[in-house]
Amino acid sequence: METLESILGQHPFFKDLSPENMKLVTGCAANVRFEPDQYVFHEGDEANQFYLIREGRIALQLFAPDRGHMTLETLGEGDVLGWSWLIPPYYYVFDAKVLELTRAIALDGKCLRRQCEDDHHLGFELLKRFSSILENRLATTRLQLLDLYGVRS
Amino acid sequence: MVPRPFVIKKFRRETEDTFTVELEPREGRSRFSFLPGQFNMVYVYGVGEVPISISGDPSGPTLVHTTRAVGNVTKAMAKLRRGDVVGIRGPFGTSWPVAEARGKDVVIVAGGIGLPPLRPSLYEVLAHRDQYGKVVLLYGTRTPSDILFKEELDQWRARFDLEVFITVDRATAGWKGNVGVVTTLIPKAGFDSRNTVGMIVGPEVMMRYVALEFLKRGVPPESIYLSMERNMKCGIGLCGHCQFGPVFICKDGPVFRYPQIKDLMVRWEV
Repeated sequence: METLESILGQHPFFKDLSPENMKLVTGCAANVRFEPDQYVFHEGDEANQFYLIREGRIALQLFAPDRGHMTLETLGEGDVLGWSWLIPPYYYVFDAKVLELTRAIALDGKCLRRQCEDDHHLGFELLKRFSSILENRLATTRLQLLDLYGVRS
Repeated sequence: MVPRPFVIKKFRRETEDTFTVELEPREGRSRFSFLPGQFNMVYVYGVGEVPISISGDPSGPTLVHTTRAVGNVTKAMAKLRRGDVVGIRGPFGTSWPVAEARGKDVVIVAGGIGLPPLRPSLYEVLAHRDQYGKVVLLYGTRTPSDILFKEELDQWRARFDLEVFITVDRATAGWKGNVGVVTTLIPKAGFDSRNTVGMIVGPEVMMRYVALEFLKRGVPPESIYLSMERNMKCGIGLCGHCQFGPVFICKDGPVFRYPQIKDLMVRWEV
């Protein structure tokens, strides 16, 4: 039977993390399931968790009074949802709405922040991994802003 | 090379600014032979001539072109209807490596109006489906209303031997699909990177980033192909309009292996 530790170990985000650090991370992890149309979190909520999506699809949305809920990006299998748990003041800045039944592993941000303060090696490992995700999201967002498919006038 | 007259048999609007024409030779019944990825010079009489890639089935009965009404010639072409005649010179240029890709996974990445030049290669692969590994189509557009070949995409998505992922840069109300640039689909495609052929068409910036994403995942550079677009005029490498550094897009391309042109793609003076 697959354990939480083995599932986490197979996820690219935790690839090559030392067994000691993996144990610490697993202690802060739990399996979760979200139904379609459910919100994982809302803008302004305290950001105490992030999620490794195992299956399903989630939309990152922003609400504007005159435009309704605008989807900025969708995330799916293998993606990491939420990094606000890592950056003070720890509040989510978007809504996360479930589009399809989603199974994920939730990681307790408060627990991890504590572990990272106690073990800076773990903290550096997690920061390196999140930096890579942030860099990738920034690059794809910049491409999205370029409006590449539009007709040049 | 003198343009041959072809009659429009079908005209179909795909989106607000794109359309497809199905053509047959006015004289004779001979089928138009071409390789996936090649293009024709299409002459709208009295207006001018433009290069347009062939978007139909290489073994199909008609010659098919899909394009966007964006310049004088294509805008005039968009006003043509069944029974009207255009001139055709071609086919020109290099083709997609559909034969070389046999035994491998095939990942086709199209952005915007980049799907039509890739469609013939997908037809060809699907016609000999058992000779290929995993086949994936990744398609990105600006908005949901810019998605081309919607009915056909639905049919392809229903197949068990083809994976189709679509994403849009900007979602509109009611869109339930993916949102994000086409590069974000590559990690979801799950192909055998060492044994994959990637074929890419779209805006050059998009193609560069897709190629980088392929490389990041271990696809060998020589297995990445992309189709370039420039101001083609003669179609046979004589006039120099489509010169791209040491190569001519019309004759040496439009389909290139990534290593052939990767350095040229980031040089603004070329």
